[in-house]
Amino acid sequence: MLRMLLRRLFLGAVTVAIVSVIIFSGVELLPGDSCTAFLEREAKGKLLENCREAQGLNRGPVERYVDWAASAVQGDLGVSANGQKSITELVGNRLKNSLLLAACSLALGVPLAIFLGVVTGLWRDRPIDLTLSTLAIFAMTIPEFVSATLLILLFSIWLGWLPGIVLTPAHAPASEFFPEILLPVLVLTMVMTAHILRMVRSSVIEVMAGDYVQMATLKGVPYWRIVFRHALPNALLPAINVVALTIAWLLGGVVVIEVVFNYPGLGRMMIDSISDRDLPVVQAIALIVATVYVGVNLSADLLTMIANPRLRTLHMRRQ
Amino acid sequence: MTQSVIDIRNISVGFTGKSGATLPVLRNIDLSVAEGESIGIVGESGSGKSTLALAAMGYLKRGLRLLDGSVVFRGQDMFSRTRPELEKIRGGELALIPQNSGQSLTPTLRIGAQLIEALRLHSSVPASDHVAKATELLGQVRLPDPKAIMSRFPHELSGGQQQRVALAMALAGEPHALLLDEPTTGLDVTTQAHILELLRDIARERGMAMVYVSHDLGAIARVCNRVVVMYAGEVILKGTTRQVLKAPVHPYARGLLASIPRLADHHLPVALDGRPPAPGGAGNGCSFVDRCALAQDRCRSERPDLAGLPSGELVRCFFYEQAEQLALAGNGAVPIQIAADGVPALQLDDLSISYHQPGLLDKFLGRSEAHVATVDDIDVTVQRGETLGLVGESGSGKSTILKSVAGLLPPAGGNITVAGGEALAPNVESRPPDHLRRIQMIFQNPDDSLNPRHTVAELLEQPLRLYFGLAGQALHDRSVEILDRVRLGGHYLDRLPSQLSGGEKQRIAIARAFAADPDLVLCDEVTSALDVSVQAAVLDLLNELKEKQGTTYVFVSHDLAVVKALSDRVAVLYQGRLCEVGPSDQVYATPSHPYTEVLLGAVLEPDPDTAPTLAADDVVELSPPAQGCPFQRRCPRKIGAICDTEIPPWHEGSDGHAIRCHLGIDELAAVQATQAAE
Repeated sequence: MLRMLLRRLFLGAVTVAIVSVIIFSGVELLPGDSCTAFLEREAKGKLLENCREAQGLNRGPVERYVDWAASAVQGDLGVSANGQKSITELVGNRLKNSLLLAACSLALGVPLAIFLGVVTGLWRDRPIDLTLSTLAIFAMTIPEFVSATLLILLFSIWLGWLPGIVLTPAHAPASEFFPEILLPVLVLTMVMTAHILRMVRSSVIEVMAGDYVQMATLKGVPYWRIVFRHALPNALLPAINVVALTIAWLLGGVVVIEVVFNYPGLGRMMIDSISDRDLPVVQAIALIVATVYVGVNLSADLLTMIANPRLRTLHMRRQ
Repeated sequence: MTQSVIDIRNISVGFTGKSGATLPVLRNIDLSVAEGESIGIVGESGSGKSTLALAAMGYLKRGLRLLDGSVVFRGQDMFSRTRPELEKIRGGELALIPQNSGQSLTPTLRIGAQLIEALRLHSSVPASDHVAKATELLGQVRLPDPKAIMSRFPHELSGGQQQRVALAMALAGEPHALLLDEPTTGLDVTTQAHILELLRDIARERGMAMVYVSHDLGAIARVCNRVVVMYAGEVILKGTTRQVLKAPVHPYARGLLASIPRLADHHLPVALDGRPPAPGGAGNGCSFVDRCALAQDRCRSERPDLAGLPSGELVRCFFYEQAEQLALAGNGAVPIQIAADGVPALQLDDLSISYHQPGLLDKFLGRSEAHVATVDDIDVTVQRGETLGLVGESGSGKSTILKSVAGLLPPAGGNITVAGGEALAPNVESRPPDHLRRIQMIFQNPDDSLNPRHTVAELLEQPLRLYFGLAGQALHDRSVEILDRVRLGGHYLDRLPSQLSGGEKQRIAIARAFAADPDLVLCDEVTSALDVSVQAAVLDLLNELKEKQGTTYVFVSHDLAVVKALSDRVAVLYQGRLCEVGPSDQVYATPSHPYTEVLLGAVLEPDPDTAPTLAADDVVELSPPAQGCPFQRRCPRKIGAICDTEIPPWHEGSDGHAIRCHLGIDELAAVQATQAAE
């Protein structure tokens, strides 16, 4: 078990390292650098030369990569091209905000999705299943900015219950984001609930039609005991991985929602940095998102392994 | 007459087909089971036998519904009980042992937890004694080390152990009646025989009634007093086990019996051609009419009733008196023997195979652990035109050897040579096209080995294009010719595997192998997934192809009678080591290796007057012992410490018969003769 954990950690680290090389090379291939972006029209001659000298950009790419990677490992992501601020600090605030948004959406969405998934799976083809499944398809297919706009229209313009835009600055403490954060959380919950619900539903249907559920029925086990003891522990195993993917998506891919609600998260910062050509920040965010993906998937695999006796004993016996 | 425990009265079950019509799966079935009685329900897949057994519990699979009739269990109508009432009966007074216990035990719960659940629901044992009682039940079904088993998960047990756990779970509720749905299908002969003996003992001890559903007439013969034969959702014959298995009066039952390969018969079994009608497709007449040798005009227009005979049987046939004309055995084709020129077609020299592959990290660190090879020390030669049968229990390495010959699993050591003394490359990727063409493999399950999205034409054209460069009309003509050879026709070319029956699919798999015009065909349990009647047809086809093409076969099966039917020579494997090799007549007779003796003793013949001879406390092992004879721990002829420490020598008999044992051939003959005399 421990050996397998170390192996996976090692492989995860290798993945992140490879991704970091790709990110660095990608940014390197773009025309221009952070100096040309910062100096804009004055980016020529002595001025450009000096800037590059100051930021160490005239060294070879390998040398710069090693330097960047080594400081990144120690938690120093360098300084931004615009304004020369510490990226760790800038990104740290945004990461905190993204984590807040993700945590709220997960806390609301995951239990709801699993509950509804189980309900639709157990009452398959009944009115409640048809209604919820149809709603889920709508929630998945309507683009996020459309549903976001509709919710703003409904809750903040017509009903006036919730603020439709986030005005709290990025560095404010988490508590100050309430209640502004509620509408973006609602939109995200809708989308992720739909995904997880559909997965849980099909998994519940498959398990409930399985041999061991039939056997439990014919053994005289009461229905709800079958559901909770025999079926759900098996049906929810695949949900772990979907939830993991959702977490990764929430932490790096919710650009549209952040822009619509003016939420100061990582996604919006990424977009802003790209348009400002603030390449060190772009690099840093890409690296963080990659690390989150790897970390979350690794945890999901480990969790699946712990929850599934088949995998657990397989690795135990290998010791 | 004793009181009946289960009373199935005129039950009909059906489902709504795509056209909206109600299609029957069971039609007007009456069956009553008395206390202490055991009834066998036999029939091919799709005959409705499992549906009937489950209906006895008031349970129907999703989509099925009760059309008519009722099921009464000890005075209670099972289909009008409420769910809580059913929960009390199911698993309590009326228990089920399912077909596949491996999949019927909840994978996330420990064996102990599942057993205790059954006790909690159905027994009067106080909660504090549940663990002790559960352990005791595991002991009663003769599981070794019940305490350890309690804390295991289902996947950590072997198939036989899982089946025993299912039995223990059924016994937890102290049932009056036990329903068994193919309880030993998929188990080794030895395991099956032991489980059946255990069932017989327990049922007799407790006076339980049993309903035993199986397609295996050998198992039925061993366990049941009475037998019901089902066909297309109907009962077509009912009588005592002796009546039904010795002198059945229905043409279908006779055909079924004739299609079973027997150890004592030198002929191939006879196939029942055709297939049963789909639900609702039986028409007005007798449902068996299309496959019946006795069919007349009346059979097509009128449905025969279940008529009582003076001897007590019930039969659904107008012409049952003529059924005796149909042979029960000894009427099949004679196995072809063509190995004459003595040229070896396949030679395995000191072959060893290991599933353990060193990991990347191990290679990097230069670590190499000593691993016991899965298959070791195999020396076998197969002559051109010969059929070599490989037999042994699951885990004996028979399929592993085939995989290595096919190049799917590189051997750890030794050589594989084909005709002409050419050594085969270990990996299929590095073999030249000519070697690939000459060796073809047919797999157990055609559902897995045929690409479901390829038509029959595409499946057959691949080898023809690849090896012979055929195209256009020539390709088409050749495909049709090959289809004719496997007794299908050109009209099958456009079909997809899903549009074929199990037997037809396996014929396509055979046709694909023969399309390459191979020298050597490897058959891996090719009939195990098929019904007996279809199995007989496939055996017949393989025999016919051998005669026409002069093919060499290596034939792997866990069914000793099937191997006997087709093989010229047989090799017996235990834990990946050879025990005995020789002409099949000699291997199947005495003197034989003690392991062959154990295997043959466990074979169940479809004859109520025979009984298996079983070694006491025979347990299946998961890995071979580190030293000495691989069979030391189970051997009924063990002579002493030498068996534990030294690998036994080969003793040569006549005609290339060889036995690997510390006892010589004469000594074995002497002990085995003494036992036979007793």
